[in-house]
Amino acid sequence: MTPRQIIGKISLWFAVLVIVSPAILFFLWMLSLSLKFEVDNAAYPPVFIPEHFAWKNYADVLASNRFVTYFFNSLIVTGGATALALMVGVPAGYGIARMAAHKSAIVILIARITPGLSYLIPLFLLFQWLGLLGTLVPQIIIHLVVTVPIVIWIMIGYFETTPMELEEAALIDGAGRWQVFRHVALPIAKPGIAVAFILAVIFSWNNFVFGIVLAGRETRTLPVAVYNMISFDQLSWGPLAAAALIVTLPVLLLTVFAQRQIVAGLTAGAVKGG
Amino acid sequence: MSALTQSTPAAAQSDAAPEKELRPPSYWPFVVPALIVVLAIIIFPWVFTIWMSLNEWKVGSPTTFVGFSNYLRLTGDPRFIEAVGHTLVYTVLSVVLPLVFGTFAAVVFHQKFAGRGFLRGIFIMPMMATPVAIALVWTMMFHPQLGVLNYLLSLVGIPAQLWVFHPATVIPSLVLVETWQWTPLVMLIVLGGLAAIPTEPYESAQIDGANLWQVFRFITLPLIMPFLFIAGMIRMIDAVKSFDVIFAITQGGPGSASETINLYLYSVAFVYYDLGYGSAIAVVFFLLIVLLAAVMLYARQRMLWTEIASDA
Repeated sequence: MTPRQIIGKISLWFAVLVIVSPAILFFLWMLSLSLKFEVDNAAYPPVFIPEHFAWKNYADVLASNRFVTYFFNSLIVTGGATALALMVGVPAGYGIARMAAHKSAIVILIARITPGLSYLIPLFLLFQWLGLLGTLVPQIIIHLVVTVPIVIWIMIGYFETTPMELEEAALIDGAGRWQVFRHVALPIAKPGIAVAFILAVIFSWNNFVFGIVLAGRETRTLPVAVYNMISFDQLSWGPLAAAALIVTLPVLLLTVFAQRQIVAGLTAGAVKGG
Repeated sequence: MSALTQSTPAAAQSDAAPEKELRPPSYWPFVVPALIVVLAIIIFPWVFTIWMSLNEWKVGSPTTFVGFSNYLRLTGDPRFIEAVGHTLVYTVLSVVLPLVFGTFAAVVFHQKFAGRGFLRGIFIMPMMATPVAIALVWTMMFHPQLGVLNYLLSLVGIPAQLWVFHPATVIPSLVLVETWQWTPLVMLIVLGGLAAIPTEPYESAQIDGANLWQVFRFITLPLIMPFLFIAGMIRMIDAVKSFDVIFAITQGGPGSASETINLYLYSVAFVYYDLGYGSAIAVVFFLLIVLLAAVMLYARQRMLWTEIASDA
């Protein structure tokens, strides 16, 4: 290696370090906060690695039965909204791609631009009128605002790239359109469905704004529950950080292990203007 | 149509059959369920919001049609006008900073180095993490006495700041969080653009002895412009609508120093339950986003024309 190459290598690694450290340091600090007793969290200068780990912070969060309720609420809302979105969105993406009905994507674009709160006002009245407030149903339905456009958008893009020849051959052999979709198009589209599924799950899991309006004491999802912890325990940082980490941990793990799908989905959606 | 084909005599049927094959199959049945959902949760709320914005509509009291008076009320509402100002400042900063840092990060991630995939995964974590959860941790980091940020500043000799607890620094502090969170998205989009650039211009630049900055400024930057524009557009749409992080960290405070349109909309609709007025804000808010997008498109168009003009 010439000196010039060595300098290039060092500056590259320096640049990488500069870019990645805000993320690494933030999440390490989050972990540190969650593992410290209040004495250490209130210390100045701050303690990075404490002498005694406060595993109790995690135990306390997990042991509260409310937290378990909220976890299942999140699971039901995200699970329900994602499953419904896949059921209607995958066939829709297929239909739109095959009809080349690109103008219909305008609706998705409008959905992308509209602030979430705008949906809340009319739907809040609707749910009130239907007497559904106090159950998880309103949240599952309103999370469709997030999940359905994601699934449709990604599936349009995916079905546009899958070959038509097999489907045409099956049609000529006398298969119905539904059979062609079910047995030819759908199996090929599995990677695309995986991308749509992962992104829908993450954005629904992370959603906060719908919950603060629609969720009651018993129907809170995890982000809302964590937010509500602030007002009660202003200065117990340890348990608060532990709860925050538990809430976002599933998403962080997905990000690391399904990075390829997430990147593919985000750039496809983004580059197409969604 | 199938019933008709069945009723024709056997001889005619053989003629009709290939014709049936050629007709493109109807895919409407695939779209109908999604169409119903979209009508119910996207179109219906929009139509209803526009209708509500023309009414005096408060929870618990009868509604009356008031025409455009909710919209007129907006023009004389100092809190709304202030919120528009906050939103614009917040948005401009939250578009420009991630664009600058994201482009730099993309250029770096475009190079080959060990552990690139894994580090890219770490790098995109901030934008995938649950916003409320990270907002909580940022709140702790912003704490004037116990926060780690003031400690870090003290290490380099900068006096302690009040961050989100002072009206003058609250918006820049929130922009810091937004930038930290969303630089990765810009990076991913620009990285996609870099991957599409041909290698020839770089080879000839090397022969001409161009330095790194010249290569970036005169070759890379023009070629990734379309991607930067898309990234900027998406960033704008998301920054204008930003809610979770601002709400969780400041609730629009101190006072109303960080109250953006979206937070004001929340207060009007779900704290004061003034749904008619809130709907008017929602409509104007949406139009503002569309207007900003149109301005960006126009600026891009202008830029393309001047580029062509300077080439000629």
